[in-house]
Amino acid sequence: MAQAATAPKGGGTLYRGREGMWSWVAHRISGLLLFLFLFAHVLDTALVRVSPEAYNQVMEAYKNPVVGLGEAGLVAAVIFHALNGLRIIAVDFWSKGPKFQKQMFWGVVIGFVVLFVPFAIRHLTNVFTH
Amino acid sequence: MTATTDQTATAATSAKLSPYKRFTPTRGNFELWSWVFMRASGILLLVLVFGHLFVNLMLGEGIHAIDFAFVAGKWSSPFWQVWDMLMLWLGMLHGFNGVRTIINDYTEREGTRWVLKTLLVVATVFTIVLGTLVIFTFDPCIDPNSTLSVCTK
Repeated sequence: MAQAATAPKGGGTLYRGREGMWSWVAHRISGLLLFLFLFAHVLDTALVRVSPEAYNQVMEAYKNPVVGLGEAGLVAAVIFHALNGLRIIAVDFWSKGPKFQKQMFWGVVIGFVVLFVPFAIRHLTNVFTH
Repeated sequence: MTATTDQTATAATSAKLSPYKRFTPTRGNFELWSWVFMRASGILLLVLVFGHLFVNLMLGEGIHAIDFAFVAGKWSSPFWQVWDMLMLWLGMLHGFNGVRTIINDYTEREGTRWVLKTLLVVATVFTIVLGTLVIFTFDPCIDPNSTLSVCTK
């Protein structure tokens, strides 16, 4: 009984608090964030249909370090959501997917670092050196 | 007695249903198809969105290059118009389906659920229609200073 209460650390059949749950939480949060951003992104891009000046004015307003960091955060959300999405597909369609879901989660983390670090260097250099 | 009940039940069941379809589907296979759609659109979006981010943020001047002339340069080509349209539709429908799942998971009252889903449908339809119109009614030459080859003829 006592063991069951503290099981999240020991493992067993409980998935709560471990790779399976945290990747699920992060997938939801990143997905919701990206969906909300998509509304804003379609609306600001729609300004090209108002006038070149209106669009350029808003784009200029975006070019500051705060928005630049926000953009890096959005790209981080995209990369995680994309790679973890592939992991979910593997869990669903690959016969060994459920067995290796934890290893695949760490694969997602490594892939995230490999893709995000070069992007962050490139993008933040652009943001902070103009 | 038990045997009779079982037989009656089995007969009643088999009259309508095969043993592998244990309930009468009342909502079709919508949830199955939405599950399939999430995986298929997810893979397409991975290619579309990574391509979008690479071209817009990694190549050339990166974020600093983005202005009206940049958009005009891309959308004067049908390739990027179709690319962006696919990204818009798949992204919005993928997001719509994800948020629909979140609403189903966390709302407890039927009324709240209805209000949130109505807002979601309205926002999704509005964004898809607006975005599609913007992509295909866009005039890259509206800027008099444009140096695009399609505009200087």
